Amino acid sequence: MLNKMEINQKRTLTYAQAICEATEQAMLEDSSVFIIGEGVPDPKGIFGTTNGLLEIFGPKRVLDMPVSENGLTGMCIGAALTGLRPILTHQRIDFSLLSLDQIINNAAKWYYMFGGQLSVPLVIRMVIGRGWGQGAQHSQNLQALFAHIPGLKVVMPSNAYDAKGMLIAAIKDNNPVIYIEHRWLHNTIDYVPKEIYEVPIGKSKVICEGKDITIASTSFMTLEAIKVAKYLEQEGVSVEIVDIRTLRPLDDESIINSVKKTKRLLVLDSGYYTGGFAGEIISRVTEKAFSFMDVAPQRITLPDIPTPSSPGLTKYYYPHYTEMIKTVLRMVEREDIKIPSIDEAVPLDVPDKSFTGPF
Amino acid sequence: MESENLYSLFKNLLYVRLVEEKIVELYPEQEMRCPVHLSIGQEAIGVGVSQALTKNDLIFSNHRAHGHYLAKGGDLKKFFAEIYGKITGCSKGRGGSMHLVDLNVGFVGSTPLVGNIIPVALGAAFTSSFNNQGKIIVVFLGDAASEEGVLHESLNFAKLKNLPIIFFCENNLYSVYTSLNKRQPDRKIIDIAKAHGLTSFEVDGNDALAVYKRTKEAIESIKFGNGPVFIESPTYRWREHCGPNYDNNIGYRTEEEFLKWKERCPLEKLQLNLIQLGILTEQEILSLREKISFKINEAVIFAKMSPYPSKEDLIKYIYA
Repeated sequence: MLNKMEINQKRTLTYAQAICEATEQAMLEDSSVFIIGEGVPDPKGIFGTTNGLLEIFGPKRVLDMPVSENGLTGMCIGAALTGLRPILTHQRIDFSLLSLDQIINNAAKWYYMFGGQLSVPLVIRMVIGRGWGQGAQHSQNLQALFAHIPGLKVVMPSNAYDAKGMLIAAIKDNNPVIYIEHRWLHNTIDYVPKEIYEVPIGKSKVICEGKDITIASTSFMTLEAIKVAKYLEQEGVSVEIVDIRTLRPLDDESIINSVKKTKRLLVLDSGYYTGGFAGEIISRVTEKAFSFMDVAPQRITLPDIPTPSSPGLTKYYYPHYTEMIKTVLRMVEREDIKIPSIDEAVPLDVPDKSFTGPF
Repeated sequence: MESENLYSLFKNLLYVRLVEEKIVELYPEQEMRCPVHLSIGQEAIGVGVSQALTKNDLIFSNHRAHGHYLAKGGDLKKFFAEIYGKITGCSKGRGGSMHLVDLNVGFVGSTPLVGNIIPVALGAAFTSSFNNQGKIIVVFLGDAASEEGVLHESLNFAKLKNLPIIFFCENNLYSVYTSLNKRQPDRKIIDIAKAHGLTSFEVDGNDALAVYKRTKEAIESIKFGNGPVFIESPTYRWREHCGPNYDNNIGYRTEEEFLKWKERCPLEKLQLNLIQLGILTEQEILSLREKISFKINEAVIFAKMSPYPSKEDLIKYIYA
């Protein structure tokens, strides 16, 4: 992680631009890569992640598609089996549910099912999100669903640097990779080198060192973890953040090593509570490092409630970072420290003031 | 040429039939420990189609794949070994009868979920077109697959992109125990393909020569630039949906219906034809039978003698 000053001195891109640049560079490098999805070549370019690709590569390699998620996922699997490297995009993860037959039954299993003869080098980009009244069918966080399936790889980069490097790694990977991007990350800015580079799949990363508690987090929740860590640092509580980055195959070792040091674990995940990925992290750490922990591990997730649309309800639905601070203080037995009050002037249904909808 | 064709069709029909009958004979031993969906009665389709294809062309299939695999030239020893769950099987014992593959002859794979393989074949057709490979892709589907949404999605995209693919529908009138008229209204399945703008043919699924000719026509049409083709063939499976037995006694179809179809046995019909045309004598047919049976027995012995995959093998091939 770079601080603001370091970022100012280096080349920066938004997360969306980083995805776009990764796609362009991978397509330049390998002519078997193509990108397909509802709206890929359209003027808004999937939140700016595919802008300009059509002009560079033409309609043969930059394709819009019929609204046939299952059929076109199968098509991409067949293309991958026969030598191409497709990138399929879904503007909402919810849309991918129409294609679970192809993802789970074919993409994930083909290599195993036929004894390792043909693999499926396929990237499926899926956008998760929150806020702006997207409601129950346009802003789910279903990473746990895909992380459950052997044969898939599931990545959730939390910053622009990783977004580029992990997308390039995903495109070069010979397996199906579910690449999950949070809508509220698209406009975040980070240092992104101009050259092509890979961030390895299957490695979590300690993004800030600390000694009192480990926060393990996924995707956008890592930004919340950083807010928590920054506040608590001023109050004398030292937080270590492990950005999980890859859900499958999971690098639990980095998390366990961190917990062995801090003796405490809080997991932040944007999915549902029951059967969610936070539960998986807690199980693994408890199985392998129970005796190191001073206090029961905790998780903050979405409640087991479908997402409502009204901002009047979502403010009770999404966990606020002050709630995370409260949980940490309880775990480190520093409840004497003041919890910041919620600034009612800051709207809770947008990532920042520049976001004005409509989707 | 015609007689060579007829001979080759007959030889392959006999081959598929004898392999399937060997499974019928050995299945009760309980050593083939996986479901088997036999193609007896329907062999003419896989045989006729494969005769029209080159090694370069690709086939994708479904749960009833034995005939398609064998007709395309899939390795027989690896076939039996796979059904016996052995490491020497075509999928190294991970697939069983429902997941056959032989990349050396362009049999890319079979999967048993209804309709599930259709879009995968579509992707191979996309690659053929993308890379100007000139390959023809054939995907076999049953009548029930036309009830799956994914067929419509695939027909739509195939026509949109003018892909070199033949959707071959083997209409055997039943989905497990449920007859077609309980599942679909009174309209033809090819009408669905026609509505998507595909060139569509019907052909007698019990006539290997007719299937061969129709497939040739389809290939020419694709090469001419007319895009994907849909072919529907009425046919009939003789034995139970899954397993080696007859099941006309359990009440979902009648013995009379079965006997009517049995009279139209694709193998007997062609055999009679060959004898009448003087292409083969009964004696030659007998010796052909013996030759094939010998090869089958060899493959069965190979399969039975082969080891199971080891414990270490379990975790292989999860990721490439």
